[in-house]
Amino acid sequence: MAMALLVACHECDLLQREPDLPQGGKALCSRCGATLYVRRRDTIDRTLALVFAAAVLFAIGNAFPVVTMEIQGQRTEALVWQGAWRLYKDGEPLVGGIVFLTAFVFPLVQIVGMLSILLPLRLGLTPRYLVPAFRTVEESRPWSMVEVFMLGVLVSLVKLSHMATVVPGVGMWAFFALIIVLASATSVLDPREVWDRLDATAANGTAPDDCREGSTA
Amino acid sequence: MSVPTAARLGFLSCHVCERVTRAVTGAAAPKCPRCGARLHSRKPSSVARTWALLIAAAILYVPANAQPVMITTSLFGTQRDTILSGVAYLWQSGSWPLATLVFVASVVVPLLKLLALGYLAASVHYRSRRNVLGRSRLFRVLEFVGRWSMLDVFVVMVLAALVKLQSLANIQAGPGAMWFGIVVVLTMLASMSFDPRLIWDSVGEDDGRQAGAI
Repeated sequence: MAMALLVACHECDLLQREPDLPQGGKALCSRCGATLYVRRRDTIDRTLALVFAAAVLFAIGNAFPVVTMEIQGQRTEALVWQGAWRLYKDGEPLVGGIVFLTAFVFPLVQIVGMLSILLPLRLGLTPRYLVPAFRTVEESRPWSMVEVFMLGVLVSLVKLSHMATVVPGVGMWAFFALIIVLASATSVLDPREVWDRLDATAANGTAPDDCREGSTA
Repeated sequence: MSVPTAARLGFLSCHVCERVTRAVTGAAAPKCPRCGARLHSRKPSSVARTWALLIAAAILYVPANAQPVMITTSLFGTQRDTILSGVAYLWQSGSWPLATLVFVASVVVPLLKLLALGYLAASVHYRSRRNVLGRSRLFRVLEFVGRWSMLDVFVVMVLAALVKLQSLANIQAGPGAMWFGIVVVLTMLASMSFDPRLIWDSVGEDDGRQAGAI
């Protein structure tokens, strides 16, 4: 499939021919300089490995307290979903909901979504749910805010350290590792390759004539 | 010749998977043949939606800053903290790098986002052709920084979850936290509904008209 396809810049809409890139190469828009796409090496394998690690870290991060606080012998600890639940019970269901979605649900959607897409692809399977699943993963990414959440944890630790003994828990280290692993997973993922594989295996006879360069003439 | 954009040449590019498809005239609500997402040359009523969300965010920004985001009850009484008084407290307790961080994330970024997106939407409305590249870059920055404003909501959440010591001290989220959370979500939705390709649409437009005239 080495035909010249067309690509439209997502920032300025300039229509240009897709350059053939070497592994690790990056295509920039010739008008506005936005990154059109990057070709990643072994994208499926690498991303899959990182997403597996992310799944383990996410499980640890949510099973153990993120922070433990001690004031005069009284101890409290907090897990992410507990924090959201306490906000809900305090009469702030909306804030609790936002926190629960951005720090728990959407990161989970990212991890489970990528696993359920990349694992079958790696095994050469293409069940029907892959296309809507990958679309959901791609569209919900901005709402997964693990890194913002962890910065919030750090700020609260400093605020509390004036009045109590605060101990970072296992959950916190797991979450820090999760930030790094998730960020690397997104940066080694080549969505174009995933889409191409999904397209090639769609096999319903819709040859991509309409996006081939020759058809403009 | 005018600048060859997908829209001018009759192509649609998918906003999810970026596949380019030839536009079929008269076809209602075309869908991407690859990923099934709805296709449109430009995001539908992009500028109007951006304005609506921005105005809503700007209105709610007032209670978000005026009302307390955090209510602390302790042996010494009740203390109501707004976002700014929280920053002031951090500054006074000597953690000025952190105070700066919280100030930037919860005051500078939302304000900047409201103003800058408003400017971008207005510049598109008036088909400005000035500093196109700069405006395009501005949008890229806005998209990236917006989510960090959620910082203060998370801080309140962690503090409210931890400080629950019946007699000694109790921290609760205040109504300001809700308004602030909504403001951040609205500004994120605003930047998502803005279509950066509109910034470039005025470029090379006149060239086309001139070519037609000659």
